[in-house]
Amino acid sequence: MREITFAEATREAMEEEMARDPRVFLMGEDIAKQGGIFGQFKGLPERFGLERVRDTPISEPTLVGAALGAALVGARPVLDIHFADFLLLAMDELANQAASIRYMSGGKLRVPLVIRAPDGAIRSAGAHHSKSLEALFLHLPGFKVVAPATPKDAKGLLKSAIRSEDPVLYLEHKALYPRKGPVPEEEYLVPLGRAEVIRPGRDLTLISYSLTLHKALEAAELLAGEGVQAEVVDLKTLYPLDWDTLLASVERTGRAVVAHEGWRFLGPGAEIAATLEERLWEKLKAPVARVGAAHVPIPFSPPLEHRVLPQVEDILKAAKEVLAWR
Amino acid sequence: MELLDLYRLMYRIRRFEERVERLFLAGKIPGFVHLYIGQEAVAVGVLAHYRPGDYLTSTHRGHGHALAVGVDPKAMMAELFGRAPGICQGKGGSMHLFDADRGMLGANGIVAGGIPIAVGAGLGLRVLGREGVVFCFFGDGALGRGVLHEGLNLAALWRLPVLFVLENNRYASTTGFAESHAFRVPALVTAYGVPYLEADGTDVEQVYGATAELLSGIRMGRGPAFLEAHTYRFKGHYVGDPERYRSRQEVEEARRRDPLANARGKLLASGVAQKELEDLEREEEELLEEAVAFAERSPWPDPEEALTDLFAEPVGDYPWGEG
Repeated sequence: MREITFAEATREAMEEEMARDPRVFLMGEDIAKQGGIFGQFKGLPERFGLERVRDTPISEPTLVGAALGAALVGARPVLDIHFADFLLLAMDELANQAASIRYMSGGKLRVPLVIRAPDGAIRSAGAHHSKSLEALFLHLPGFKVVAPATPKDAKGLLKSAIRSEDPVLYLEHKALYPRKGPVPEEEYLVPLGRAEVIRPGRDLTLISYSLTLHKALEAAELLAGEGVQAEVVDLKTLYPLDWDTLLASVERTGRAVVAHEGWRFLGPGAEIAATLEERLWEKLKAPVARVGAAHVPIPFSPPLEHRVLPQVEDILKAAKEVLAWR
Repeated sequence: MELLDLYRLMYRIRRFEERVERLFLAGKIPGFVHLYIGQEAVAVGVLAHYRPGDYLTSTHRGHGHALAVGVDPKAMMAELFGRAPGICQGKGGSMHLFDADRGMLGANGIVAGGIPIAVGAGLGLRVLGREGVVFCFFGDGALGRGVLHEGLNLAALWRLPVLFVLENNRYASTTGFAESHAFRVPALVTAYGVPYLEADGTDVEQVYGATAELLSGIRMGRGPAFLEAHTYRFKGHYVGDPERYRSRQEVEEARRRDPLANARGKLLASGVAQKELEDLEREEEELLEEAVAFAERSPWPDPEEALTDLFAEPVGDYPWGEG
């Protein structure tokens, strides 16, 4: 199978969906002329014109609200938010408006809206360009939240997000953009709400998504060298969460570690750990461990940044603690 | 549209709101209620130009806009009561009224919350190649919100079909306009290159005429326009407001310029028979009595309905129910 980058995979997804459905359009800061800060919009204005690929002023609240308004009248906007940190500028439009409007209308309105938000820490970008904010949006009822880890899923999930009738927050870790992976030439979709066991194992389950999934896979490889068979589950979609896949895996292994780059305190891992313990209490051989960022803003200096973010060694250490329970 | 038709809708709004106040004070309507009494000429004069395919966004003081665009008073009153057949099945309430069939993209509990949505609705119409304009209502309190400035910029930049309608009733809750804004409205609007007109918001014909003038440019594709209607709310910011920020004398003076009485006087002077007006008013009273009776006899929603309508597509099986 051919290999393309994560950024190119998302570009293909948008190109295919825009060709398929004239209601789909893109907007964001620096996407048309510049092609996106990671090249993920390159070539699209040439093919679809500046009516459908729009450079915008720096007006996040109005951009989110406008994407919502366009969705309400039947268009299918894909809004790029430059850096996920900037979602925080538009919290009224996200939380009070986009997430709630269908519900408040008694189910009469539809919100086919995609918000792309590059998140995560990369190359000492510092506290305003490094956050992973999925926990905020999982806490708010009304968003579907996806966080792909591979080019194949990046493309298939973005296509599904664009076809969804509901607001989808598409979180893409900036460190993933240049990574290559196999992506089929022929058209495919990756459904929202499905996790996947990407490495089978019987001794414990490592649960992760986005960039941290690759760290979990490295940890699994290191554990294999020590004779431990770690199963790795890629969540892919964080809401709705694929509890069936998750529960089945942990029921089998009896031990679990949840790892993500978002803050550990009240992060997605906290909810997942609590639910696994509620549902599988008698099957668990150890408490579910959580790995996440330390509870500080993401610092600038490389050794400080490294200390705060979850590393392969942190996942390995958590796995060993979980395995130590008898 | 004839003045008589405009008068009918203004009368409907006034008497609907008076009933809402009474029913709220009697404990039959839950939540917070913000009455439109005194401002009727603005919603009616503007929305007389509404055509199918147009949209509107409204405010926390949104009952008048909903009634003026033709939302069914029965379904609306049932919604204010929180009953199952309410226009949003009891999930919205006074500050969150929606009616997809009439392009009503929501009253809004957030001041200026509708402005970005209106701009986006205009953008959506543009992208889809559809006719139509978006009526974007907001009060003077919204002039302090960044989204008004951003929205004017974006709508002007992209020449979107949006009519911004400022209902300047002189108070943002309890704070007077001049106490909280350093700029003059026409200067702000024209800085964005957006056509601006003002109208006496107690005179429905003047509002109607100014709207017509601004809309002709918008419908020809010239981009957004801005109408400032000078108006006054006769009641407090909310039902129960002690109104310490304005004098009784000020309110009495404003009430002498009642948009409803103004329109009625003009109709009589133009030769419409007293009897004709009384018949019209009786029809409206009957319609509104029926709306109240409908709301009162309507059932509460099944509590389990609270867990529906979040998403258009199913989100899978959650065996323990709530996410």
